Amino acid sequence: MIDVTSLTYTYPTGKTIQFPNFAVERGEHCLLLGESGCGKTTLLHLLGGLLRTNTGSIKVGGQELRELSEAGLDGFRGEHIGFIFQKNHLISALTVEQNLLLAPYLSKKEGSRVADVLNALNLPGIQKKKITTLSQGQAQRVAIARALMNKPDVILADEPTSALDDRNCDAVIELLMNVAKENQTTLVIATHDSRLKSKVKRQIDLR
Amino acid sequence: MNLFVLVWGYLKAKPLNTVLNILLLSLGIGVITTLIVFNNQFQEKMSDNSRGIDLVVGAKGSPLQLVLCSVFHIDFPTGNIRLREAEMLSKNRMVKKAIPMALGDSYQNFRIVGTDTSYTALFDAKLKEGNWWKEDLEVVAGSAAAEALKLSIGDSFASAHGLTEDGHDHEENKYKVTGILQPTYAVADNLLFTNVSSVWKVHDIHEQPDSAKEITSLLIKFRNPIAALQLPRMINSNTNMQAASPAFETARLFSILGIGVDVLLGIASTIIIVSALSIFIALYNSLKERRYDMAIMRSMGAGRTRLFTTVIMEGTALTLIGSIIGILLGHLLILGFTTLVEEGARTGISAMVFYTSEIILIVGSLALGIICSMIPAVQAYRTDIHKVLSGN
Repeated sequence: MIDVTSLTYTYPTGKTIQFPNFAVERGEHCLLLGESGCGKTTLLHLLGGLLRTNTGSIKVGGQELRELSEAGLDGFRGEHIGFIFQKNHLISALTVEQNLLLAPYLSKKEGSRVADVLNALNLPGIQKKKITTLSQGQAQRVAIARALMNKPDVILADEPTSALDDRNCDAVIELLMNVAKENQTTLVIATHDSRLKSKVKRQIDLR
Repeated sequence: MNLFVLVWGYLKAKPLNTVLNILLLSLGIGVITTLIVFNNQFQEKMSDNSRGIDLVVGAKGSPLQLVLCSVFHIDFPTGNIRLREAEMLSKNRMVKKAIPMALGDSYQNFRIVGTDTSYTALFDAKLKEGNWWKEDLEVVAGSAAAEALKLSIGDSFASAHGLTEDGHDHEENKYKVTGILQPTYAVADNLLFTNVSSVWKVHDIHEQPDSAKEITSLLIKFRNPIAALQLPRMINSNTNMQAASPAFETARLFSILGIGVDVLLGIASTIIIVSALSIFIALYNSLKERRYDMAIMRSMGAGRTRLFTTVIMEGTALTLIGSIIGILLGHLLILGFTTLVEEGARTGISAMVFYTSEIILIVGSLALGIICSMIPAVQAYRTDIHKVLSGN
């Protein structure tokens, strides 16, 4: 599903990172490990097409990302990739339901899976709630729900648990892995959270 | 989920900002709307009321006062002219029609006009009920006057001397209502008509010789265009009377009022500019806070143009709502003026008339919204997703 070969990235400051070659199969779960500043977020953004300047090759679902235009990348992301970020970054001007519906709307898809997705994440009946009234654990689960709305092939998660306490961390990662398994979704989690190391077997070290 | 839900969500998230911006813009637009409606209708009414009158001849004094008094029935008479002189002028070959006016009395603030039916004919006035005045002391009431004074056929009343309420009453000679007019939507609606000799009778000068009789003014229609050049000069230099042109005097009046209108327009424009600035600042600031929102939307597959239009829509939604509320506000103000203030009601101005320039106001506001949101929208367009999301 994901194929990375001889990928380097040069920061605007001139520092260059060489990433290891690796491949992730469809439906496989894997961790990107490493201390902060080692390029986890950069790699994740490169995989998701949020960042373009690179040498080497990134193929997602067989598509060479560098061949896509800016608008083409936007469309590709909407179609195939779901993001989960460290802070949940929900849009606080909108309700939970509106946040979820934003995903299909922005990627020009039909979408009415709100109730299903929320149920799968153990969040029944919070559709009309405001974002500001949610707890951190709930908010992170809503962010996961949003990433799942378009049934993406790949979910890229950037430190999804580091802002959560142990109980919420367990619950969130279990749910994330369960829904990913059900949907045959490839899951890549960038983290330095050691609590996750025991949960996911496939681990890629970026040191 | 659609663009409107998204834009509305953002507007609702900052209720105070949104309300302030809409309020500012609607105030500015409201003032301009009021000016448009008032000015247009005032000018229409002015030209309606002076239709068919080429020249007003009266006692020497302010020509504007003479026109305001004899044509629009607003100001006080400049004095009287001798009936004999007036009659001589009426027989001049350049005069097609001359209508005598005897003013000076009123009944509960409604003016009594001593004249003949050729004056009501200027307004195409038709009787709703009763008959035209024939004998002395018979009165035909304009529709608004009849309604306000609750006059009906057969009623009688004593007129008051002067044009204000505190004049002494002419108790000995009472007027009798013989007819009521249909609405003319002009000044005639607010007048009480009688013949000239009734006014003399009330003032006990009926028995005096003709040489002592006086009237207030003479409304003249020219027979040909040359009269417009010769007649006023002839009257002003050869007689004790003065001639005033309603067209010229109203134009002069508008140029005086125009200064006030210009000042109000200036204030309104300033308010609108301030509101535009306020909308720009609000969008600019909220966009700084929304950098993450923008980046997240991009990560969910939104193109740059989508973010651009979202911000533009937010600005135009504000100005569109503001301008529509402003236009309603303007009309509401006129409605209040014409229903709550007696003088307003007498102007015959209607709040329910809309002008094409109000559409221009809405279109202009939309353009303003686009201009205000242009810079923030370009910022949204240029959002560097990676930079924002990685927190650098």
